[in-house]
Amino acid sequence: MKNLDSVLAAYLAGWAIFFVYYISVAQRMSTLREEIERLKAQLTKGK
Amino acid sequence: MLKSALKATILFALIAVTAYLAFYYAPIEKSMGVIQKIFYLHISCAFSAFVAFGTCFYANLRYVFTRAPKSDWLAVSAAEVGLAFISVVLITGPIWAHPVWGIWWTWDARLTLTFVLGLLYVSYLLLRSMIEEPDKRALFSALFGIFAFLDVPLVYFSIRWWRTQHPQPVILGGPGSGLEPRMRVSYLLMWGALTGLLILLLSARYKLEALRASVDDLRREAEVR
Repeated sequence: MKNLDSVLAAYLAGWAIFFVYYISVAQRMSTLREEIERLKAQLTKGK
Repeated sequence: MLKSALKATILFALIAVTAYLAFYYAPIEKSMGVIQKIFYLHISCAFSAFVAFGTCFYANLRYVFTRAPKSDWLAVSAAEVGLAFISVVLITGPIWAHPVWGIWWTWDARLTLTFVLGLLYVSYLLLRSMIEEPDKRALFSALFGIFAFLDVPLVYFSIRWWRTQHPQPVILGGPGSGLEPRMRVSYLLMWGALTGLLILLLSARYKLEALRASVDDLRREAEVR
């Protein structure tokens, strides 16, 4: 089928953008959770 | 964590089903052929981007009047998610245009205004990264976000107001417009699935902003001690 490769490229590009964005949000959340744990431990130690 | 992973899995399965419908259930359009299948993703992402930017506009207005930090969190989350959706529109558009128009891009009103829309929300996020003081950052970006949203109706109505290379509206385009029933079903299901994705991304991004606020509070507490 003519242009099927373009259609597949468009859909793959679309899903890739969403996937990468979701992973980036998850990674940033995980970094912040670690920071919260570290700060909480620091504050508990200081008491 | 497991719950959100489950939600994401269900959603991605739903999107896969709708993509299958777009490819195999919806008929092949006569004049453009198989390349028209990009329509289902392209248009659904454009409408989802408008919903995200509309949410950002509402949250920005709310912030200006209430100064509630949660409105600022929602605004930045919606702006970033909207930018992801409009990026898909700006990438899938030229892939569709090339075999149909013979060119990847033209500076007509619809395409230019959509490109400007993307740039405006990139600027919104850049502006936020440049101001350190939280209240000032939230207020300045809210005002800029309200201004940026003015481009959304211009994008939507551009093909009605001006002659453009971009096709005239197929959905809500008045007499003579509309979709073949199987195409309509595929399109509506795709849009529904992408709206689910929009909600998932928005809620994840909002949680991220809430975590960032908690980190700031804990840092301040640590500094005081």
